[in-house]
Amino acid sequence: MSAQTVSSNRSAMAGGARARRLGSWYVAEHRLLDMRAYAQTIVATSIGNPLVYLFALGVGLASLVDANLGDGGGGQVSYLVFVAPALLAAAAVTVATEEFTYPILAAFKWNPIFSAMRSAPVSSAQIANGTIIAVALRIIVTCAIYFAVMVAFGAVPSPLGVFGILTASATGVAVGVVIMAYTSTVEEDKGQMAIIMRFIITPMFLFSGTFFPLSQLPVYLQWIGWISPLWHGTELGRVLAYGLAEPIWLTVAHVAYIGIMLLGGWRAAQVIITRRLDK
Amino acid sequence: MSPAANKLGVVPAPVITATALTKKYKDFAAVDGISFEVAPGESFGLLGPNGAGKSTTMRMVGAVSTRTGGDLRILGLDPDEHGPEIRSQLGVVPQADNLDQELRVRDNLIVYGRYFGIPRAVVAKRADELLEFAQLADRAKAKVDDLSGGMKRRLTIARALVNDPRILLLDEPTTGLDPQARHVLWDRLFRLKEQGTTLLLTTHYMDEAEQLCDRLVVVDKGAIMAEGSPAELIRAHSSREVLEVRFGSDRNAMVAEQIAGVGDRIEVLPDRILVYSADGEAELAHLLREGHAPITSLVRRSSLEDVFLRLTGRTLIE
Repeated sequence: MSAQTVSSNRSAMAGGARARRLGSWYVAEHRLLDMRAYAQTIVATSIGNPLVYLFALGVGLASLVDANLGDGGGGQVSYLVFVAPALLAAAAVTVATEEFTYPILAAFKWNPIFSAMRSAPVSSAQIANGTIIAVALRIIVTCAIYFAVMVAFGAVPSPLGVFGILTASATGVAVGVVIMAYTSTVEEDKGQMAIIMRFIITPMFLFSGTFFPLSQLPVYLQWIGWISPLWHGTELGRVLAYGLAEPIWLTVAHVAYIGIMLLGGWRAAQVIITRRLDK
Repeated sequence: MSPAANKLGVVPAPVITATALTKKYKDFAAVDGISFEVAPGESFGLLGPNGAGKSTTMRMVGAVSTRTGGDLRILGLDPDEHGPEIRSQLGVVPQADNLDQELRVRDNLIVYGRYFGIPRAVVAKRADELLEFAQLADRAKAKVDDLSGGMKRRLTIARALVNDPRILLLDEPTTGLDPQARHVLWDRLFRLKEQGTTLLLTTHYMDEAEQLCDRLVVVDKGAIMAEGSPAELIRAHSSREVLEVRFGSDRNAMVAEQIAGVGDRIEVLPDRILVYSADGEAELAHLLREGHAPITSLVRRSSLEDVFLRLTGRTLIE
């Protein structure tokens, strides 16, 4: 082998090693820069949404609920305190749905940056990782702002409630990676994204013990809550925010359910994206 | 043809070696056992019609698509094991632009440079040089969507150069561009060639292949039909000159039968008859003497288009 090839292979080896180590972060950096294009929307909705929801539900609707039930229907606390952790988890799921539907379709098709990334030293799995990392960061920021507004409303009695930022974010990402795995299979947009929002995300929002405890539902509808990651995330948030009384095994089940969904969905997204990009 | 030996008479190792390279999708062989070598600094072309397997070959050489058979070495490395290592040394210009439309022109270069681990300050300087090279310096802050087709192409090439690649892969670099934009692009690519960058390009334009390729293979249906420099291929597979005559689409076939035997060889296309000969003017004079008066006539040098027609019985652009 000539000296020229040897020296080029040394830089190839170094370049390859760097990409193997840091490739996911390069992709995340790229995606975060892309978000700059709609940074104002991100900031505005991150602050606006909690204000609107907490005023409407935590103050407005709460006055009605608390006056009629006296216990917020949650049994222990005011309606504001009861509903706030649910809204936080729902906000995370909403951002995840936004970021893992059309932007993923776009990255394959209309603004095909995935194929561009793939020509660089990163792998398809790293493209999936970086995309998830960037969205996770956005979700954490959104949840942190949401949480700050909750505190300002006096909706978080326990200092442990701050960990609700993480459980809500994890819930959002867990839902998001499953959506991403699915959207990565979509070759042509025939309204599948709207179907996800209307027939999965919205019912999940309504039937996950968000506005009233799951136990208020007829038994034959409660399964919707049990399979809903949003219910598990919401209940975890309540345990942290005001010490919702539930058996410890149930709390463990919430963590396990979200954890399994997150890891399983993440792996599925890697596999599906690899199959599509490495054809 | 063997790659040029250096002063010491040492032949440099090829940067790309494909041996019986194959890609099958189920039963369909998109690339069916092609073999070729590219020397460092060489400009090598894959010439063939759409669907010949050129892009698939490029994706395998680009260490993105996995081969299903044969062997492939890029810079001496196997893409199956050393994909990231190989891609760190490549610049890739795909057939369809895949610039990031969410980012401004200059940011496209900077973001891409980061994938190669280039520090931000270094890549920023490099981006400015590349914008200069791509004649886009005054568009640094423009949105990608506001660029013309030719400008997008040049930006894509600039992006492919951000890591100072050892090999530049260009898949149909000028398809869809107007003639002026093509010439600007060819000029840029020619400069890269002069600087010693190894180019591997696919095209279905014979003039592009003639302009840019030191050596090329003619591919059709996933297989190599011929290999050589443009001049060698023309010498081997065509005559020096071609006489093109048109008698009207309804008469071409009939006249062709009557003039069979004129020149070395005759090809009948729907719109014209091609007479291959060392001396096109002499053949034209002969036809006129025989009483065949074409509507239009043209004598030209043989091109790679003629080589392709000879080898496959089809034209490149159908």
